[in-house]
Amino acid sequence: MLESLRRLGALIQREMIQLLRDRTTLGIALAIPFVELFLFAYAVDLTVDHIPTAVADLSLDDQSRALINALETAGYFDMDVYVADEEQVIRAIDAGQVRAGVVIPPGFSAQVERGNAQALILLDGSDSFTVQSGYSAASSIAQDRAMELMVKNTGRAGSRAGSSGSNLSGNLPISSPIRILYNPTMDDLTFIVPAMAGILLQLLAVNLTALSVVRERELGTIELLLITPARPMELMVAKMVPNILVTSLAMANIVLFSVYWFGVPFQGDPWLFAWLSLLFLVSGLGLGLLISTVAQTQKQAQQISMLLMLLSLLLTGFIYPRAPMPPLVQAVGNLIPLTYYVRIVRGIFTKGIGLTYIWNDVLALATYGAVVMVIAAATFKKRLD
Amino acid sequence: MTERIVICTQELVKQFNTRGGTVAAVDGIDLQVRRGETFGLIGPDGAGKTTATRVILGLLRRTDGRSSILGHDSMDDTYAIRACVGYVAQQFALPGDMTVMENIRFFANVHRVGRKERRQRIPKLLEFAGLDGFTSRPARLLSGGMKKKLALACSLVHQPQVVMLDEPTLGVDPVSRREFWNLLGILRAERELTIFVCTPYMDEAERCNRVGLMYRGKLIAHGTPAEVKGLVPGRLIEFTPSDFDRAMALVTGLEGVLEVQTYGLMLHVFVDETATRQQEIQCALSAQGITCKGMGEIEPGMEEAFIGLVRRARDSQ
Repeated sequence: MLESLRRLGALIQREMIQLLRDRTTLGIALAIPFVELFLFAYAVDLTVDHIPTAVADLSLDDQSRALINALETAGYFDMDVYVADEEQVIRAIDAGQVRAGVVIPPGFSAQVERGNAQALILLDGSDSFTVQSGYSAASSIAQDRAMELMVKNTGRAGSRAGSSGSNLSGNLPISSPIRILYNPTMDDLTFIVPAMAGILLQLLAVNLTALSVVRERELGTIELLLITPARPMELMVAKMVPNILVTSLAMANIVLFSVYWFGVPFQGDPWLFAWLSLLFLVSGLGLGLLISTVAQTQKQAQQISMLLMLLSLLLTGFIYPRAPMPPLVQAVGNLIPLTYYVRIVRGIFTKGIGLTYIWNDVLALATYGAVVMVIAAATFKKRLD
Repeated sequence: MTERIVICTQELVKQFNTRGGTVAAVDGIDLQVRRGETFGLIGPDGAGKTTATRVILGLLRRTDGRSSILGHDSMDDTYAIRACVGYVAQQFALPGDMTVMENIRFFANVHRVGRKERRQRIPKLLEFAGLDGFTSRPARLLSGGMKKKLALACSLVHQPQVVMLDEPTLGVDPVSRREFWNLLGILRAERELTIFVCTPYMDEAERCNRVGLMYRGKLIAHGTPAEVKGLVPGRLIEFTPSDFDRAMALVTGLEGVLEVQTYGLMLHVFVDETATRQQEIQCALSAQGITCKGMGEIEPGMEEAFIGLVRRARDSQ
């Protein structure tokens, strides 16, 4: 045991010397998650507004103009093109001139009077974010208008019946009280930034470890490392320790930056968050080691980590909810540590909940880390072939 | 008796899987290296020297046969071997961004050399290797010869009984090569170190106590350099003909000529008997109007023996 620790000390010292000597790489490793967070956080705004829109107003009356106005002033739709009919609206969308269209049938005011008004909203389905945002914006605006009209109608009906409109809310067509928890302003940053920290640090952890092992192989220095009495487990741990320090530092930076620059509220227990983040980082480093046992060159390692990045974006619940995914796809997502961490980080960071609510994810992450380590240790070769 | 055998292989085989099937880089070699001797594994590039060395060290998995160092099996007692063997790899395999001192200290620490011994040994080794003035220089900035010396110093810091060197003077200038071999000579004389060296250079082979000649994965000859040279039959005549190509064709067909080798602009001709054959060759050449300069008998060197043995092995395969 003591022997092992002394060898480990020598190996860690070797790694630390190399890490600190290569300032450029270290600087880049620390700076890149920062820059990416900054850019992503501004670029990845999941709400689409100012959608270019074509309008075919076949009524040209008060009500139709009012609806178009409402859609425009809400900021979601820009009425760029006015055309004659539905067909031309579709043509404009096909041509990529606009991404949405509004078609208002003839006699709209009269229909509104009767309470059966219908306007057609067309959305460019090739861009699902436009569809989502456009649909929710349009329907909420239409609902607002319907409520307004309805109120007017009921008011008029009430005055006709002489009951002075006492029970207005009871007659509203749809009443669905929604209270949004944790993220009351529906701010995308609050949703994105904590998980973004996770995805960036997973990338960093995997890359640092995989590349540092594969680089030894490429340079041939692995040969004189294997000829020492160091055991594979010691070599693995020595590869991880400096990277734990680097990634932890990067993690701390990103969290502070998120809170103080983006103003993302940190609701939970910082220490719990720190420990679980450490667990996450170690899992990521273990995954990096595992990749290094497969990849023979730095190029291969980078390709694998690119694939991992892509899968992490899609399958971990980072952006897209996991619940509707088919079981097989979910299972693939379960192989990525970020899947567990996304729930943990949103739980602690955004919701401020404690271990009691996320213990199954914590347990899964710990198991994951242990399994990855065991597999990496079993495949980490003590020979060159 | 076996106590004196330090490195031993029996029917050692190492196959690599390639797309076209398996290739035997080492194809059943039997080696015995005795305590305190310098053993040279010589052979052309691609003969399997590096692979054999790595398998003996336990750096590669062996396919078949046995191999051991100091009685420790290469596969089963890998870590026992690590503790008593030093190794200098063919390419420079030390981290270039670490200084000379950091590199040698790493090897001392990872071998758990005590603080006191470390303080004594490292300066001595650096002085021995002529690196004492460069302790804080990053390894990548050393010259080719100094890199090799650093690798040697690093391989010795845990005081191994055996040191294995894989083409230690590859890409090193002649002066540094001589210096390096002088270092090995000192190690052998002062520490009674067993030295196992792979080399394609025949002048280096002559410096070994015993050599093994490896070709296409097989050991085709072994013994002292004198014994190996004696394996090539006949005597050797050297001369410079005025018309090289015609002379070579002519001499090859003559009676009593065993083998013709080229050596620059000279021909090296192995014959069964010197005096009469030399006359006959001269006559045959002058009959065709070819004059020759500096004809005379020379002692066959390792190089002639090597070429002769390799050629014979190739013909018989």
